[in-house]
Amino acid sequence: MEKHISHIAGNENQMKEITQGASSGNFSNSIFKKFFLEVSMITIFTLRFFKEVWKPPYEFNELLRQSFLIGYKSFPLVGITGFIIGLVLTVQSRPTLMKFGAVSLLPAMVAVSIIREIGPAITALIFAGKVGSGIGAELASMKVTEQIDAMQVSWTNPFKYLVVTRVLSATLMLPLLVVLADAVGLFGAYVGVNLKGSVSFHLFFSQVFQSLEFKDVFPAFIKTFFFGFAIAIVGSYKGYNANKGTEGVGKAANSAVVFGSLMVFLIDVVAVQITSLFEN
Amino acid sequence: MLNKLIFSETDIKTETDNLKSEYVLEMKHLKKSFGENHVLQDISLVLNKGENLVILGQSGSGKSVLIKCIVGLNEADEGKLFILGNNIEDIKAEEVIELRKKIGFLFQSGALYDSMTVRENLEFPLRRQLHSLTKETINSLVSEALENVGLSDSIDITPSELSGGMRKRLGLARTLILKPEIMLYDEPTTGLDPITSKEISKLIVEVQKKYNTSSIIITHDIECTKLTADRIIVLRNGICEAEGSYSDFENSEDEWIKSFFEK
Ligand SMILES: Nc1ncnc2c1ncn2[C@@H]1O[C@H](COP(=O)(O)OP(=O)(O)O)[C@@H](O)[C@H]1O
Ligand SMILES: [Mg+2]
Repeated sequence: MEKHISHIAGNENQMKEITQGASSGNFSNSIFKKFFLEVSMITIFTLRFFKEVWKPPYEFNELLRQSFLIGYKSFPLVGITGFIIGLVLTVQSRPTLMKFGAVSLLPAMVAVSIIREIGPAITALIFAGKVGSGIGAELASMKVTEQIDAMQVSWTNPFKYLVVTRVLSATLMLPLLVVLADAVGLFGAYVGVNLKGSVSFHLFFSQVFQSLEFKDVFPAFIKTFFFGFAIAIVGSYKGYNANKGTEGVGKAANSAVVFGSLMVFLIDVVAVQITSLFEN
Repeated sequence: MLNKLIFSETDIKTETDNLKSEYVLEMKHLKKSFGENHVLQDISLVLNKGENLVILGQSGSGKSVLIKCIVGLNEADEGKLFILGNNIEDIKAEEVIELRKKIGFLFQSGALYDSMTVRENLEFPLRRQLHSLTKETINSLVSEALENVGLSDSIDITPSELSGGMRKRLGLARTLILKPEIMLYDEPTTGLDPITSKEISKLIVEVQKKYNTSSIIITHDIECTKLTADRIIVLRNGICEAEGSYSDFENSEDEWIKSFFEK
């Protein structure tokens, strides 16, 4: 019967069986082996994404709906956080710069910090907490209540319909959210500068834009695509392969956030290394 | 009389046996394991046209796995499966999909899409499988499906607002909307109160009469079995242990079967 594996039934059943076999069979339950298995399963899951994303039918409606839910609905949270971070960073940095007599550098310094690192990183972490866990929980509950199976017997490829759309939306929406967070963060910084002292809006932003170079902006923007992708892949993987029972849903949501945040830091480290290669 | 399902030497198949089957569904020596857990050890059964076949078995005996093998949600390790006469090993993958589209599956939990309204739940399989439908046709099919299960008033709410019995009905409506030739019911009455259970059982019989569907009903509910079964198979330790009509089983001497039927 193997040769008639329907194209939709896909790998996850087989992988499930491999994991089941591994935990009940002779494999020791060492953490190392579990970790290795997990990494290879996520890799297979990711490869499957790249295999399926090109194949029609393209689920445009669902992609738009998800982009709305994932992107637009995160605007308020990301905006508020961005503003506060910009404000607080400015207020906190002022005394140090004052010590060196360099308060005039405050806008430039804050701008570079926000654009290069804080904007992308903080937004990505919030995104992992809100969207990553949301994807994990939603797909897990769909798995547990057999909604994913039901989709399959309605001859809709659930991987395309559920996973591909969410991962694409997250990959495209997170960079937009980071742009928003950066902009609002800079405005927060402007407010922070003016809490003690007075710099005009025009002067503040001309200082900001003078200090920013292409190499500050571009790599920081590019890495956010990878953040979004990783968070959504991890969330989808955790949800799509959740265990039966309601506690499977909580677990999936939880580990989506934990591993999603971890991925953000890992990608960040790699991105910093790559960027620094080009800087000297 | 209760037949013990023991396959004699005369059961050895000729070549033509493997190509076609005269039954709506046929399984021959189907096996399925998960790691060391040998869930289905040797399953052979047939489903006749227009028949309600009840498969009885305890929780965890592999009933769901059995019917999931039919629609391809699980892959059998060994054995043959004939759908509407065709051995699915002998035909193209696309043809297998076309055959499986004629099978309706009612999930144990209803498997309603929580993020969609009742109407969207019903439209989903229609839009997915019959791409060329007009808005009017979809609307009339949806209304008909809801009327069939007595849910016409609930069209614009989400499934979370429905009671357990209504969720089952909606799941049934969503499955029936494509007019399947074969219906697979996974524990249709589990988790429902006795009155609602009875209503669902009656609905199953109505569906059989109205659309002449052939059905497999998986359950451990004896009331439901009594109301719906034309024939019963008992699943135990991964094999079909016994087969017969309701009255055959009711009068059985076997201790284990007795314990099942006295309630
Ligand atoms: N995808 C799966 N992976 C591993 N084990 C499974 C899977 N599906 C079912 N099983 C196991 O198969 C057995 C039978 O399950 P099931 O068919 O759901 O029982 P039931 O008769 O209650 O419907 C159980 O022991 C279950 O743990
Ligand atoms: Mg079951």
